[in-house]
Amino acid sequence: MRTHPLTPASEEEIAAVVADAASTATPLEILGGGTRRGMGRPVQAATTLDLSRHAGITAYNPAELVMSAKAGTPLRLIEDELDRNGQMLTFEPMDHRPVLGSDGEPTIGGVFAANVSGPRRLTAGAARDSLLGVRFVNGRGEIIKSGGRVMKNVTGLDLVKLMAGSWGTLGVLSEVTFKVLPKPETTATLVVSGLNDAEAAAAMAAAMALPVEVSSAAHLPVSVVNRFLGGKLDWEPVTLLRLEGLSQSVLVRKDKLATAMAAFGDSRLLNAQESAAIWREVRDVMPFAEHRAKPLWRVSVAPSAGHQLVAALRLNTGVDAFYDWQGGLVWLQMEQDVEDEMIRTFIARLGGGHATLVRAAEPVRASVQVFENEPAALGALSARIRQAIDPAGIFNPGRMAPAA
Amino acid sequence: MSEMIAFLKPDPAILSRRAAILADIADLLPDDALVTEERELVPFETDAFVSYRRLPLAVALPETTEQVAAVVRYCHREGIPVIPRGAGTSLSGGAIPQEDAVVVGLSRLNRIIEVDLPNRCAVVQSGVTNISISQAVDADGFFYAPDPSSQLACTIGGNIGMNSGGAHCLKYGVTTNNLLGVRMVLFDGSIVEIGGKALDAAGYDLLGLICGSEGQLGIITEATVRLLAKPEGARPVLFGFPTSEAAGACVSEVIGAGIIPVAIEFMDKPAIEICEAFAQAGYPMDVDALLIVEVEGSDEEMDAMLARIIEIARRHGVSTIKESQSATEAALIWKGRKSAFGATGRIADYICMDGTVPLGQLSHVLRETSVIVARYGLRVANVFHAGDGNMHPLILFNANDPEEAQKAELAGNDILKLCVDAGGCLTGEHGVGIEKRDLMTHQYAAADLDQQMRVRSAFDPKWIFNPSKVFPLEGRSGK
Repeated sequence: MRTHPLTPASEEEIAAVVADAASTATPLEILGGGTRRGMGRPVQAATTLDLSRHAGITAYNPAELVMSAKAGTPLRLIEDELDRNGQMLTFEPMDHRPVLGSDGEPTIGGVFAANVSGPRRLTAGAARDSLLGVRFVNGRGEIIKSGGRVMKNVTGLDLVKLMAGSWGTLGVLSEVTFKVLPKPETTATLVVSGLNDAEAAAAMAAAMALPVEVSSAAHLPVSVVNRFLGGKLDWEPVTLLRLEGLSQSVLVRKDKLATAMAAFGDSRLLNAQESAAIWREVRDVMPFAEHRAKPLWRVSVAPSAGHQLVAALRLNTGVDAFYDWQGGLVWLQMEQDVEDEMIRTFIARLGGGHATLVRAAEPVRASVQVFENEPAALGALSARIRQAIDPAGIFNPGRMAPAA
Repeated sequence: MSEMIAFLKPDPAILSRRAAILADIADLLPDDALVTEERELVPFETDAFVSYRRLPLAVALPETTEQVAAVVRYCHREGIPVIPRGAGTSLSGGAIPQEDAVVVGLSRLNRIIEVDLPNRCAVVQSGVTNISISQAVDADGFFYAPDPSSQLACTIGGNIGMNSGGAHCLKYGVTTNNLLGVRMVLFDGSIVEIGGKALDAAGYDLLGLICGSEGQLGIITEATVRLLAKPEGARPVLFGFPTSEAAGACVSEVIGAGIIPVAIEFMDKPAIEICEAFAQAGYPMDVDALLIVEVEGSDEEMDAMLARIIEIARRHGVSTIKESQSATEAALIWKGRKSAFGATGRIADYICMDGTVPLGQLSHVLRETSVIVARYGLRVANVFHAGDGNMHPLILFNANDPEEAQKAELAGNDILKLCVDAGGCLTGEHGVGIEKRDLMTHQYAAADLDQQMRVRSAFDPKWIFNPSKVFPLEGRSGK
């Protein structure tokens, strides 16, 4: 039976609520904006801890390139404030609402708890790389701080990284401090046409090896290409290479890049507006936002292995795919079955990596391994870490792994 | 000189069983891989934090991950402390052993296993030097980005232990941002692989936790690191200012204007004099503060970015601007900067602090640092990474004068507290080691440290790995 959500409005209130839950071993579902609630395994908790009232930017000095905000702060508020100062979150967090069909506002706490990144992750790092400091409430109801607001910090164990991507299973994030960067003055995207997946992988690797600072590299096979830019692209596969920076610099680099890419295929430039739109669509996995009944996988492998994985899968099952991160991030939309064993077997055969089931019906998510199953020694280590931070196992039980 | 920093008391039961323990460990290793003679143990008694030294029980020099695992498994079973050691260049005493410990030296694990250019990564054993990775891929147009000043000697395993940075991390990040995977020996001798060639690893971010853990969570034997395409060119430019304040304000405005050069290094007058005398780098001598700003890219790109920076520097009263005209000049400029510690060591003994402060606090912290050092009657030279606020005041003293040595340590402690109080931290890239261990309570509340220690225990239940480091000896919990 579900009870009313708990809605603490301060760090002290969060700590009190958690201490209370810990004393009765009451499991809590930790909720920000709830836009990613349908991801991961279903949480086994009757009580929800809703952080939406714990919101607001707490510190921001643009000249220091650092911002602090309470965990429940809407991402939109943060991006608006950064935008007013010509800055941005460099890791370009994906909005999961289109693929999951969820409502609500993503929060900054949710972004870091799920380590949500986008196309620029290839060169600028993931959300966890921008996260400098956290305050969180552990499973004993204690307020813990780790890290700070400086870029370089090796003072003690980096619990900051541990909290990023822990999906609310270790602690309740209360406040996050993160690096921000100036927005690039200009963006240009070179589009190379007509490459098959393997050729595109080679072209992207060649582009990343050039001294032209390509910031993002994605490949859209012909099966998805008409679902970008409102269907304005020609009916052939395209490979996208993004350049960002000072205008004079981008001007020089795009010529060099185009010259080098001529060996692979014809290319042209997208204008700034199209460029912004197409990378947003890549970021939010828009081609796979339409048929939400179909299972959606996010696969992370070595960049050169991505297209091999897709080729192997296509021989065995119905699957649609496109690539980000130079081919190392593969989005797979399954025609019918979730095929978790097949996908993971091929990943292992191709040198390793991991697959996360982003979208599937709840009974499916409860019955298959949504996140990667860790080898025994690592699984035991992760369990001991969890025990060290949330001894009673009250936070989001079941979300990453079946509850003990 | 009386030591201010305590070590854990050696376990008499271990010392009394020395011969039996050494025989057991020798059985686990190839011939000649266990150092036991006192005169051969001396090179391992300290690291670059030379004021403290302890002879270990023995030094194991394994050649494979499996041998590392065998030694660790044995030491865990017997409750014997294990001190992982790379090249021993730690400035915070991170590799200093203790009398009842076995040092596990990784110097024989020094192979580059694989260079994978299409996936822009290299798989290396943990005892390879930082510079050798960049050298191995230089001809192909790639490099490994983190570049600590000790990069000729320091190992990648040590870099992971201390989450090392360097002058160029303003643009490229520190070790944690450039590490894709590790092979690691856990406390019980089990061998795990974390991450790999994919950009992110599954599960909890254990790689992030391992970076900067100072050898307390396990022993890394292999690492997969990211490689980046080398820029077309790089050009360091010298900007001389009449005051440190003007130089500091210039840094703030450059960053605030959205210009992120690849490096911004700061030197005050004493540091300029010391480095110039050593390297003849062509530093201007008539200024009070010097910035080395490095831009990179094609000539056109560097020109464009420099024009912007020069415009800002002029607004802050820059008195000298000197661009390097050749690769030789550029190399000299960096030689001067990177030899700062060594050059200082020629004229005096010094201890080097490593606090990081928010950029807006640079001028304040510089001013207060002079006040603190003057109060102890000592001198200071400042040379640091201004772009990321990582300060390196070098406190000069005479090690033969015990009173002066103690004053230097006390001044250092005051400076680190100043950094923490200014919103910064005790250490940006050198690590806590033993040096800053007892200051941890100034930065963290008891609950914060307890939480870190409980996580540490999840990796190492008996606390055998590098146990005298990082956490204050008093009030240890979670063991």
